[in-house]
Amino acid sequence: MNWVWFHRFGSPPYFFRVAGKMVPWFASLAAIAGVAGLIGALGLAPPDYQQGEGYRIIFVHVPAAVLSTMAYAVMAVAAGVGLIWRMNVAHAVAASCATVGAWFTFVALATGSLWGRPMWGTFWEWDPRLVSELVLLFLYLGYMGLRSAIDDTARADRASAVLALVGVVNLPIIHYSVDWWNSLHQGHTLLKFGKASMPSSMLVPLLLMMLAFAMYFAAIVLVRARGEVLHRERNARWISAAIGPP
Amino acid sequence: MNSASPKSVSAHRAGWLLAQRDLRLGLRRPGEWLQPLVFFVVVTTLFPLATDPQMSRLRDIAPGALWVAALLSSLLALELLFREDGQDGSLEQLAVSGLPLSWLLLAKTAVHWLLTGLPLVLVAPLVATALGAPLAAIPSVMGSLLLGSIALSLIGAVGAALTLGLRRGGVLLALLVLPLAVPVLIFGARATALAIALEPIAAPMDLLGAIAVLAATLAPLAAAAAVRISLEE
Repeated sequence: MNWVWFHRFGSPPYFFRVAGKMVPWFASLAAIAGVAGLIGALGLAPPDYQQGEGYRIIFVHVPAAVLSTMAYAVMAVAAGVGLIWRMNVAHAVAASCATVGAWFTFVALATGSLWGRPMWGTFWEWDPRLVSELVLLFLYLGYMGLRSAIDDTARADRASAVLALVGVVNLPIIHYSVDWWNSLHQGHTLLKFGKASMPSSMLVPLLLMMLAFAMYFAAIVLVRARGEVLHRERNARWISAAIGPP
Repeated sequence: MNSASPKSVSAHRAGWLLAQRDLRLGLRRPGEWLQPLVFFVVVTTLFPLATDPQMSRLRDIAPGALWVAALLSSLLALELLFREDGQDGSLEQLAVSGLPLSWLLLAKTAVHWLLTGLPLVLVAPLVATALGAPLAAIPSVMGSLLLGSIALSLIGAVGAALTLGLRRGGVLLALLVLPLAVPVLIFGARATALAIALEPIAAPMDLLGAIAVLAATLAPLAAAAAVRISLEE
């Protein structure tokens, strides 16, 4: 197998150029899928027979929740690549994922609690999924805290990469322990949207919204990573060729 | 790596020597490792004061109080683990010794647990009884704290290694370690609650043991990587 394409991404100028070309594609895909998904979600999908119109918040909530864990996975993979092959660009990508992932986690928690108020009668329930999500937010905050506490970029990169990998080993353990913890206390799992139990008029907008969120994530991470690369390479000569003289 | 010195020692022996040295240093400064212990006792004393001191009520909050106090106490103790050796350069010598650093850090963490984790286990009967645990529950409570404190020391070692030499290390350490300690807290408190209710505690104890073994396997590797990163500047 030819790995040249992969190693090329280790070069900051190449990454900067290619990422710059990819951003508009991801962004327009996100816009198209988002508009189509929102039309389907808010206009075409029927109200739920139990929850009425209030269920529509899942079209934001579920994609945000999915992306919050996916962002962590992407961050950990990028951090691992950066740690193993000492790829500066991969560290820049990992660093860019953290803030975005933390915001997705926050959005998932906030929309979940807004939905919970009318549906469960409470803003916060000690439900396993909610707690896992909250711990995920803490992991993101720890990662960002560690980064900001270390002045030296190279050391911050590598230390936070180790933390991201430790976190990725722990996430499943935390998830299952929280599941187990709660199942002994109370039996209900209200937050259950079986894929099969959902009509396609709801499922299709939901999938479109997920696609929109994923594309938005890709676009925003690349934008942030480009900025990060620019900052790291601020003294390099290729920059004036890439973006013009200062 | 550096070439081995003429009188090279095996990794096994080096770990043993390091553990002896750490233990001797620790025992000569009892104030350091007694502080987390006193902290543990004082924090658990605060719970009855802050809530209803009826024994039946205390029995309900006892697992939570014990485990939150144990977690915070282990967090407080973590600063002792690498700070001194990081400042005087001993840690750097260990890193360049050519011996497996993860093994040496495991030895250091083991001694750290002996000095700060084991005392919590030994004082647990006193604290648990004061919180209303029946006498028959004491061995199980001690057993759960034994496994849990081992896991907490090992997980904490990674955090301590990552924050080595940072200015605002203390608060950051809490932010890094506490989320990772959630499973230990859940299973430990669960085992303690079952023990106080005089029910079998095998299930949470098995999981607690599994976490301790997993942490003993992986945490030294991560801690060694983190120490090397912290040392290279």
